[in-house]
Amino acid sequence: MADALLDVRHLSTRFTTREGVVRAVDDVSWDVKEGETVALVGESGCGKSVSALSIMRLVAQPAGQIVGGQAVFKGRDLLTLDEEAMRRVRGREIAMIFQEPMTSLNPVLSIGRQLTEGLEIHLGKTPQQARGRAAELLGMVGIPDPERRLPQYPHQFSGGMRQRMMIAMALSCEPSLILADEPTTALDVTIQAQILELMKDLSRRLGVAMLMITHNLGVVARYADRVNVMYAGRIIEQGTARELYGNPRHPYTLGLLRSVPRLDEPRRSRLAPIDGQPPDLTRLPAGCAFLPRCAFRVDRCSVERPPLVPVAHTGPEPHVSACWEAERVIARQETR
Amino acid sequence: MTALLEVKNLVKHFEVSRGLVRAVDGVSFSLEKGETLGLVGESGCGKTTTGRCILQLERATSGSILFEGRELTTLDQSELRAVRRKMQVIFQDPYSSLNPRMTVGQIIAEPLAVHGIVRGSAARAARVKDLLSRVGLLPAHARRYPHEMSGGQRQRVGIARALAMEPSLIICDEPVSALDVSIQAQIINLLEDLQSEFGLTYLFIAHDLAVVRHISDRVAVMYLGKIAEMADRKTIYDNPRHPYTKALLSAVPIPDPELEMKRERIVLGGEVPSPLNPPSGCVFHPRCPIAVERCTHEIPVLRDLTPGHGAACHLAEIA
Repeated sequence: MADALLDVRHLSTRFTTREGVVRAVDDVSWDVKEGETVALVGESGCGKSVSALSIMRLVAQPAGQIVGGQAVFKGRDLLTLDEEAMRRVRGREIAMIFQEPMTSLNPVLSIGRQLTEGLEIHLGKTPQQARGRAAELLGMVGIPDPERRLPQYPHQFSGGMRQRMMIAMALSCEPSLILADEPTTALDVTIQAQILELMKDLSRRLGVAMLMITHNLGVVARYADRVNVMYAGRIIEQGTARELYGNPRHPYTLGLLRSVPRLDEPRRSRLAPIDGQPPDLTRLPAGCAFLPRCAFRVDRCSVERPPLVPVAHTGPEPHVSACWEAERVIARQETR
Repeated sequence: MTALLEVKNLVKHFEVSRGLVRAVDGVSFSLEKGETLGLVGESGCGKTTTGRCILQLERATSGSILFEGRELTTLDQSELRAVRRKMQVIFQDPYSSLNPRMTVGQIIAEPLAVHGIVRGSAARAARVKDLLSRVGLLPAHARRYPHEMSGGQRQRVGIARALAMEPSLIICDEPVSALDVSIQAQIINLLEDLQSEFGLTYLFIAHDLAVVRHISDRVAVMYLGKIAEMADRKTIYDNPRHPYTKALLSAVPIPDPELEMKRERIVLGGEVPSPLNPPSGCVFHPRCPIAVERCTHEIPVLRDLTPGHGAACHLAEIA
């Protein structure tokens, strides 16, 4: 197995709320290797964003606390670094791209200044060098006429342009890993396609690894090498994209894949939703969190939480699933 | 056959300090009773403004909107009130369209009282209970507040409130796009069930082409205030003729890694131009992969290629 660039082990993050303690991320392990794209998939509240924020140590305290685990990045555990060292990691070695660029760009600083700041602070470039590099970066992400764009402000950019600008900022210090949290969710379909193709192309050319956090199964299928599916704070299935889509072995993954209408298949007369509501994280059942919505449930599911165990070996990485009835999930898929 | 709704040459321009925003620029379509027309396009294409003009939440700049045979654009406020009952709307974000200080029961009962549909509070409570069960909620939900419910449940409340008015037309404006994937299918199935139960007609405004294909009988694709292409579901998805429709369809990623590896994509360059200053000729020409000289100065009209299949493209036959 190739060495992981980022190796997250048994990460747990909790929030104390009025309703009780929320185990937003509960004993979660995954890794990203050099240059690859890994997806964290799941619906709102499943813990995918909090996972990324925890690694960057950006969880809002005191309500949120990282209560356990490790996030080993290039041999150092990010969760135990002092604040000064952590600051050097953020932006310089690991960059983030968020869903809504307008909330992560400073509205009163010019585009140029927001790009040169990191270059000057992290890479020690002179203002003049930084400016030249900033123009280069804008050109690289496909913003026409970069010199003219540098003095402009975020509000003068369209949504797609702002997201390009975020990508330029993320790439500016040549990080080895980018955490992209729903990077195209706020964008239109044709712009989404542009941005995703750009990200894929740049990550390949520059060898940047990417953690892609999304709820969009189509985006994951096209861009991710490996996939982690999260539900109620835990990973419930993990495998290569090909294996996971072709042979889902958890009822939640199977349910997600079957519930979306697909343009490549004949129209079905009726969609197959997952029944019930997403779980209340302050009142999770004792056994499997997916139990109330699961079509495969058996008695055991309400008493014992299923561990993540290998269900197939189809390459260097095992395909793992957290379901007592994983054997039956496959049967159902084949008879469809 | 007379249409339930007939929109003819609808134009809605907004005056702003920098000029004129041509939000909707000559849109025509009709809706038969019991039918679902999907209106798709990207942000700023005018799909939501079209819906708001039909509801008379915006007054059309010009054009005609015939609903159940009556011209809506010339009605006064009191006449409109009666017509509005028959046209309801379901919004994208149920949270911002439900009053946070009212219980679900009050939210659904209010229009019943205001419009005098059900008289007497006991009768209204019974009707609320009935409506809740129709949308898959429990009687106990009537005592809850919107913030105590999940997104999917709130959208069910929004649907119950619309149903309360016994409408014939419901304008669904991105009704599932704010919901989690696992919940979207529940709401779509519910909308379909209610349609067959009550004979409802839907104008389904959305940007998700897969969802639109599932629910619509016919589909209109909008770009920059105009309809680019319109046809029945099967034709538009199997045989799109407008280059914009083709690009939109090819931009949708399919949840199958093997298929995605082989798939060719048309990635459009550039961005949607501003409706403040739309391009000359065909509004799509600056981004169009097949545009020719003619497209830069001659506006293509929406013309029938085959009966019921219209495309606004000079090159629709050869594209």
